[in-house]
Amino acid sequence: MLGRSANGIYWMTRYLERAENTARLLEVGFRMALTRGPQAASEEWRSVLVTIGQDAGYRARFDDYVGTQVFNFILRGPDNPASVLCMLDNARSNARTVRTGLTRESWEATNEAWMQLRDLLARPVREGNIGEVISAIRGQTTQVRGAMDGTMLRNEVFNFARLGTFIERADNTARILDVKYYVLLPSLSWVGSSLDNAQWETVLRSVAGDRAYRWLNAGRLDPRGIAQFLILDGRFPRSLAFAYEKLASNMAGLARQYGGETRAHALLQAARAKLQQATIDRVIERGLHEFITEFIADTGRINQAIAAEYRFIE
Amino acid sequence: MQSGSRAQYDEMLDPDGSVRPAYAGFRNWYDAQDSGWLKRQDSEAERFFRRTGITFNVYGDDAAEERLIPFDMIPRIITANEWRKLSRGIEQRVRALNAFLHDLYHRQEIVRSGRLPERLLQGNDAFLPQMAGFTPPGDVYTHVVGIDLVRTGPDEFMVLEDNARTPSGVSYMLENRETMMAMFPELFSRVAVRPVSDYPRRLARSLAACAPSCASQRPVVAVLTPGIYNSAYFEHAFLADQMGAELVEGSDLRVVDGRIAMRTTTGYRPVDVIYRRVDDDYLDPLTFNKDSALGVAGIMDVYRAGRVTIANAPGTGIADDKAIYSFMPEIVEFYTGEKPILQNVPTWRCSEPDSLAYVLDNLKELVVKEVHGSGGYGMLIGPTSSKGEIARFAKKLRARPENYIAQPTLSLSTVPIFTKAGLAPRHVDLRPFVLVSPGGIDITPGGLTRVALKKGSLVVNSSQGGGTKDSWVLED
Repeated sequence: MLGRSANGIYWMTRYLERAENTARLLEVGFRMALTRGPQAASEEWRSVLVTIGQDAGYRARFDDYVGTQVFNFILRGPDNPASVLCMLDNARSNARTVRTGLTRESWEATNEAWMQLRDLLARPVREGNIGEVISAIRGQTTQVRGAMDGTMLRNEVFNFARLGTFIERADNTARILDVKYYVLLPSLSWVGSSLDNAQWETVLRSVAGDRAYRWLNAGRLDPRGIAQFLILDGRFPRSLAFAYEKLASNMAGLARQYGGETRAHALLQAARAKLQQATIDRVIERGLHEFITEFIADTGRINQAIAAEYRFIE
Repeated sequence: MQSGSRAQYDEMLDPDGSVRPAYAGFRNWYDAQDSGWLKRQDSEAERFFRRTGITFNVYGDDAAEERLIPFDMIPRIITANEWRKLSRGIEQRVRALNAFLHDLYHRQEIVRSGRLPERLLQGNDAFLPQMAGFTPPGDVYTHVVGIDLVRTGPDEFMVLEDNARTPSGVSYMLENRETMMAMFPELFSRVAVRPVSDYPRRLARSLAACAPSCASQRPVVAVLTPGIYNSAYFEHAFLADQMGAELVEGSDLRVVDGRIAMRTTTGYRPVDVIYRRVDDDYLDPLTFNKDSALGVAGIMDVYRAGRVTIANAPGTGIADDKAIYSFMPEIVEFYTGEKPILQNVPTWRCSEPDSLAYVLDNLKELVVKEVHGSGGYGMLIGPTSSKGEIARFAKKLRARPENYIAQPTLSLSTVPIFTKAGLAPRHVDLRPFVLVSPGGIDITPGGLTRVALKKGSLVVNSSQGGGTKDSWVLED
């Protein structure tokens, strides 16, 4: 397989994952705006922008955090090179460069997602249809993942696709935690008020983990449990531990096919060992922020090593 | 370009309005269908193409970066008998083209014999001195050829153009058939149509058969594309996919140990055959256009050392040059010793004073083309041009007569298209695809039918509003 193709499929799935996660964050922001006062909403919109690294870009153009302004900027801002629309463009362009590596169904799902969402985002998004837009993004990206899962050969192409998905997911979940850790931290030792409950719930909702968590914990919300769930629970598909297990199995797949491990394998094994040995008590004792900062840096290094070892670029 | 007043040959209907045998089976089926259902199928077809991403980038058209070539669902049908004769003519012509290319880059017997003026080669950019004295693996120059045919009567097919560089459109031939079979499966159980779907497999086999001697038992074939912004990218990806070959860009390739190698996830791996969809000029920045980022530095040296096959060979463009085209009857006879089975369209070479005088006097009736042009650009279509346009063109023509040829406005045959008001005749051409390998010449039955969708129009180019049809060759 060409290095350029590996790069293409890796970034195709990264962009799709990022688009989906961004949509989830917007959903949470919008929900906050509906259920809480303007102050809390504004704060939530800011935190969404910080999480996806677009606060500076937004502040360069706007003075205040108004819902429609924020979600339009994120979804389709004409001068925002990191808008969801751009992510979808990038995902599709990457898919086009690797069309020979994709099954017809996977390509068609990607193309269909791009066509549908491009049409939906052709006009400014209103409060009246933000829900529809978000669910379309979730739905379309899910269809691509489903088409790939259901039709693609389990070979190097699929491994690179999955690596893209889970590097992105690990990074996104970590960034959500990093922005929200202050919500979890001050209250780690005491029973929260209803305000805290709502804050914690947004953290869970941002990663579609609210129902799973409630089911596991009989409806009780507690910040330590939430942190443990998002970082260490290998059963939850958006936890850091889950993402790393997937990275490990796909890297193992590459090692099998190519007859050997690389520096990227070594980096992943070291970072994964840290996660496996961690307990939530020790993480909190050492500092949640420090732990996550280190995790994001580790993930970034693994990403770079994959690109270099598998010759993504010359 | 509008058709003249001469009677046009309608491929479906006799002059008395009865259906010709070629279309009998189809019309029986068609007449029994509900017209509302047909209309729905027609609009479904466009959605199908959009979803599968079969698009065509039109240069200079920003608004429609990716446009669809309109597809018309009425097939163009050729009988087994008609096809037999056509394929004999095509085979003869393609054999002559390859012998001609070999000769041009070796002893130039045809020039020595006085059958072809030397001036056509001198200063012609399509003639590559770098190819002189070199024989490509298997002595094959044009691995893939598209011969553009027009029809003017029951037994009159003429060659409008030879495409000996990198003919495109074969993916439409294949996808049009797939679309028809998906839309109207029962039609194919009623009418026996020769299949085209094994073209990619034949192409892969044909290319592998032209591999250089250093290639392994199973030669590695790659399709070289300029990238996703090229107008035919869809086709490049499609063919690579169907052949199970890698789709590479110039930046994926480099010279390693005297061979061309592609950068894979596990290092550089040699490539034996490059089916390139990049023009000669961009192939090697060291040999040709030094600013090219689409090619591979040093590929020509590797090629001349016989360690990679480039398909089609560099320098084949000289054979589809329009000035050379006018000599094709002589060329066919010179190399095959036979009379040409397929005729040329009568052509005036403006480089010859008598012809130039005739052309200048009759611009209103003629089609004048640039010798090196393609895609329907830079041409004058006399009958539909204004006095001013003709005067301006005449000036260009006088300044550089050797740059132009002229042809009569042909009365192209028509085939019906599907319209909201029913079937309506439109002008068509046909591009069959031909594969050449040391094993022989292989012609896929059918090809790409291009159709002028506007009533009366003779311009079938997809870049100028033409569409395509599925092309059927009936089983015996």
